[in-house]
Amino acid sequence: MSRTARRAREWQLAVPLTLFFTAFVFVPLGLLAFVSAYGEPEMRTLGISQYTGFFTDAFRLNVLAQTLWLALRTTVLTLLIGYPLAYLYTLSPRWLQRVLLLLIVLPLLTSVVVRTFAWIVILGREGIINSMLLALGWIDGPLTLLFTPTAVVFALAQIEMPLMVLPLITALSNIDPNLRQASEVLGAGKWRTFFTVTLPLSIPGLLAGCLLVFATAAGAFVTQTLIGGGRLLFMPYYIYQQAIQVNNFPLAAALATILLVSVLTVVMVLNALGRSSRGFIHG
Amino acid sequence: MASLGVVLDRVSHWYGRSGTRVVDAVSLAIQPGELIALLGPSGCGKTTLLKIVSGLLEQSEGRVSIGEQVVDALPPNERGAGIVFQNYALFPHMNVAANIGYGLRARGADRAATDAVVRRMVKLVRMENLEARYPRELSGGQQQRVALARTLAVGPSVLLLDEPFGALDKSLRLDMQIEVKRLQRALGITTIMVTHDQAEALSMADRVAVMNQGRLEQFAAPEEIYDTPATPFVAEFIGTTNLLRGSLRFDGAGFRVELGSRGSLALAEVRPWSREGSVLAVVRPEHLRIGPAQGEGLPATVRMVLPQGPFVIYELSLADGEPIKVSLGRAEAAQRHAPGDVVCVALRPGARVQVFEP
Repeated sequence: MSRTARRAREWQLAVPLTLFFTAFVFVPLGLLAFVSAYGEPEMRTLGISQYTGFFTDAFRLNVLAQTLWLALRTTVLTLLIGYPLAYLYTLSPRWLQRVLLLLIVLPLLTSVVVRTFAWIVILGREGIINSMLLALGWIDGPLTLLFTPTAVVFALAQIEMPLMVLPLITALSNIDPNLRQASEVLGAGKWRTFFTVTLPLSIPGLLAGCLLVFATAAGAFVTQTLIGGGRLLFMPYYIYQQAIQVNNFPLAAALATILLVSVLTVVMVLNALGRSSRGFIHG
Repeated sequence: MASLGVVLDRVSHWYGRSGTRVVDAVSLAIQPGELIALLGPSGCGKTTLLKIVSGLLEQSEGRVSIGEQVVDALPPNERGAGIVFQNYALFPHMNVAANIGYGLRARGADRAATDAVVRRMVKLVRMENLEARYPRELSGGQQQRVALARTLAVGPSVLLLDEPFGALDKSLRLDMQIEVKRLQRALGITTIMVTHDQAEALSMADRVAVMNQGRLEQFAAPEEIYDTPATPFVAEFIGTTNLLRGSLRFDGAGFRVELGSRGSLALAEVRPWSREGSVLAVVRPEHLRIGPAQGEGLPATVRMVLPQGPFVIYELSLADGEPIKVSLGRAEAAQRHAPGDVVCVALRPGARVQVFEP
């Protein structure tokens, strides 16, 4: 077969994935948008009343804001812990890198449910932290650690950590070590070298990590629900509630669409930033 | 930019507690304004030595002084030694002007002062109108100019170049060699250049330090390195050479090297080794000539003729099959010895043969 003939048939390789995506991503998304267009749970009239209702309802807007705020705080916390960890990894000798990589990837190898329950054991009224503090006599009664937004942020940060650290490790390892040496020989101190050379050159990895963590944290149903408890309401549980418990499918579909669009907007902004910063690094 | 000399006093370096010595007791005294080349095969310790001078690596033993000052305890940026890395290590996210001005800004110079120096440096390395370009938009030669300018901008008294032309195309290499030499001359800056390319070292450096396995083999002017190599390693590493094992005899009239069944060569001078007994004689191909069979010298058979443009290399085999190379000028080679010809190989009058202990 000639080269051009083979070229012309290469599109066939994409057929299985296209079919899969059409059947399990695009069609369901279309269905979701269609269901969200019904005005009432009985699905009789079409319109945009679900959306107008959402954006005029302070309670619902607050749930969305709380969800995005939660994702943002989780992203910042994973970044603050993950960046030094990734940097430490790149400076470590080979054997320590293996150990660190195992520790970093470990959360990915255990189920979300198991990890979430571990946090319940740690943070509960009779959990590890409370019993320890009580035994030391530092507190008189157990602290409320579980079922707080801060607890959710910490648990999510631990669970999402690999998504932040792995892209950062890739970005930091790609920086030519001579650049740091050149900076130091030219007279820049360690901090100046970090802020003018290392940090700017790691921005693509940093943005990729933030993007992954933000998107995952916003939709982390299990952790949000189990650590947050009944009093904290975030979009994923709200959607579940409307769809499964209240049987209000149009509202659930509208909520899902709004969450999707909100997260996608943030992702697209980060992506655009990433593209403009990648230009000068890999151009 | 006051140029200062550099003195290395028995500098050694090894990795780990009892690792092999990458640099082994190297002593060098470099004059102010001199350009020297550290030459040797890969892994001979030349780059390690350069890093020790720059301060990026701390030697295990020995002392480094720049000018009058012992710099062992000083960090890289306080030594007054600027290094240009092999891959230039330009900051990819900064344009030419920002790269060149980086060191000055880091040292606290204000914008106006930095701009003035950057303008001067850009002119010095002939990069006018390219200040706004990013490194990825520059050719290899231009990147090297920027790297040089960035290093020179902070006014070092010693310039260190790590394989400066290794990353350049062959056609560009000569231009940049001339350029670097021009800059070095113009600024009169003491320069240490690391290279594995002997032609580069011999053509550019005032003196060449040949290194092997961490040790300094010879430190001398290029002609001296070529004409009177101090060790068999230098003789073999620089240029092409014939190594002849034989034994040295004094027969009343003069010295001869007896080469067993291959014959013998009479030597006018015997250096640096002159004890009778078995020796290693080193003869450059251009110090030999080809004469008619049955004449004086070593009987040999022509195996191969390799015309090189201005001269012709002959590969011959001696009586016992040992190969020997002879280089003749085009005019001399006019008679054209063909493969298979039986001839005699003799020393040219006044030819320098180095004799070493085996």
